[in-house]
Amino acid sequence: MGVIHVTDRQGQRHTLECVEGWRVMEIIRDWGLPIEGVCGGACECATCHVFIAKDWVEKLDPATDEEEDQLDTVITHPTSRLSCQIIWTPDLDGLELTLAPANG
Amino acid sequence: MTDNIETDVVIIGAGPVGLFAVFELGLLDIKCHLIDILPKVGGQCAELYPEKPIYDIPGFPMVTGQGLVDNLLAQIEPFHPTFHFNEMVESVEPIGTPEAPLFRVRTAEDGTTFTCKAIIIAAGGGSFQPKKPPMENIEAYEGTGVFYAVRHMQMFRDKRVLIVGGGDSALDWTVNLQPIVKRLTLLHRRDAFRAAPHTVEKMRALVAGGDMDLHLGQVTHLKGKAPVLEGVEIKKDDGSIVSVDCDVVLPFFGLTMKLGPIANWGLNLHENLIPVDTEKFETNVPGVFAIGDINTYPGKLKLILSGFHEGALAAQKVHRYVYPDKKLLFQYTTSSTSLQKKLGVTA
Repeated sequence: MGVIHVTDRQGQRHTLECVEGWRVMEIIRDWGLPIEGVCGGACECATCHVFIAKDWVEKLDPATDEEEDQLDTVITHPTSRLSCQIIWTPDLDGLELTLAPANG
Repeated sequence: MTDNIETDVVIIGAGPVGLFAVFELGLLDIKCHLIDILPKVGGQCAELYPEKPIYDIPGFPMVTGQGLVDNLLAQIEPFHPTFHFNEMVESVEPIGTPEAPLFRVRTAEDGTTFTCKAIIIAAGGGSFQPKKPPMENIEAYEGTGVFYAVRHMQMFRDKRVLIVGGGDSALDWTVNLQPIVKRLTLLHRRDAFRAAPHTVEKMRALVAGGDMDLHLGQVTHLKGKAPVLEGVEIKKDDGSIVSVDCDVVLPFFGLTMKLGPIANWGLNLHENLIPVDTEKFETNVPGVFAIGDINTYPGKLKLILSGFHEGALAAQKVHRYVYPDKKLLFQYTTSSTSLQKKLGVTA
């Protein structure tokens, strides 16, 4: 068991308990935070876009080409990732991230 | 005066579920018109993942999104449905009674109207619309300095144009508009483009020849007193900030799905989904049905196969509205000669 820390679009930080093997997008959605995840984790929509805290970027598996292609459809920061492409494991206990602004 | 089309059923959405509904309705001698905002059939299957394999369609160990759509089109061909593309249904007006429903359906673009006895909403996640990048105050420039699509190229003649994005739309419009605009700048977040290789090569040749500019980075904000755009500020990937003067920004960030006008049709909604019963998949408005990803009911699974089932059951109730005096005999395509005749597989 472990947690992730998610800062929402109002700047409020939430600590969410995680389930191993779940996509980070699913964890955020399951706790009721406003993340869309329209395509359901298929890496097809970029509505689960998040900014990863700098210290954590290196600890994640790098983005695939497919994920980079989707990131092309949003305004990214240097630490942008799609949270549906990050599978939570105990190594990510304490992962810190911020929800990206919603697309219009 | 615009045309009015009379038909039995209007299906909103030409994705896999809307297409299969044509088949189930067709077996019951019910004619339909399909309306879709995209320029083609297939919905998400064709727009989001045409090349991706799907593994959970019964009878197909593997089929691509486009493959499934092509097969569905072949399957419904005997029923000659009429398609209306690039059109969004704006309004649905009930003009009948709950026992004998009748509707007037109006589209947004050219105001075509349809009169029909039932409506099947198979709109998936809603209508596809261009993604608006979250740039501060971008709405204030829309239609003057910000456009999400190119309708008339001449609008951009002799303007300073900034195109943002790295996909097919961004690259196609880059090479198409470059000859007529005053100066073209392409901005993308990285030096990799997801577009036809020859278009990318063409763009690179234009950059090499000094005929256009390419920047890698992100727009940080729009400049100019709205609604007049004067330029943008760009944060480049090396962290430096540059300013680009331009009259027009064309962001090509792909498509997203929005519920759109469906919210105004008097239907009950639950978190942007339409609640239906699980016997007929009818909404709170008699004669209006919702099938596929757009509906919700206890135990709902957003699977294509669920949408097929929902369409078959909805068709049974639609039959009662279209042919109130006819008793519906349930038949199988394997054994019924009358069904086989409709499918054109028997003499």
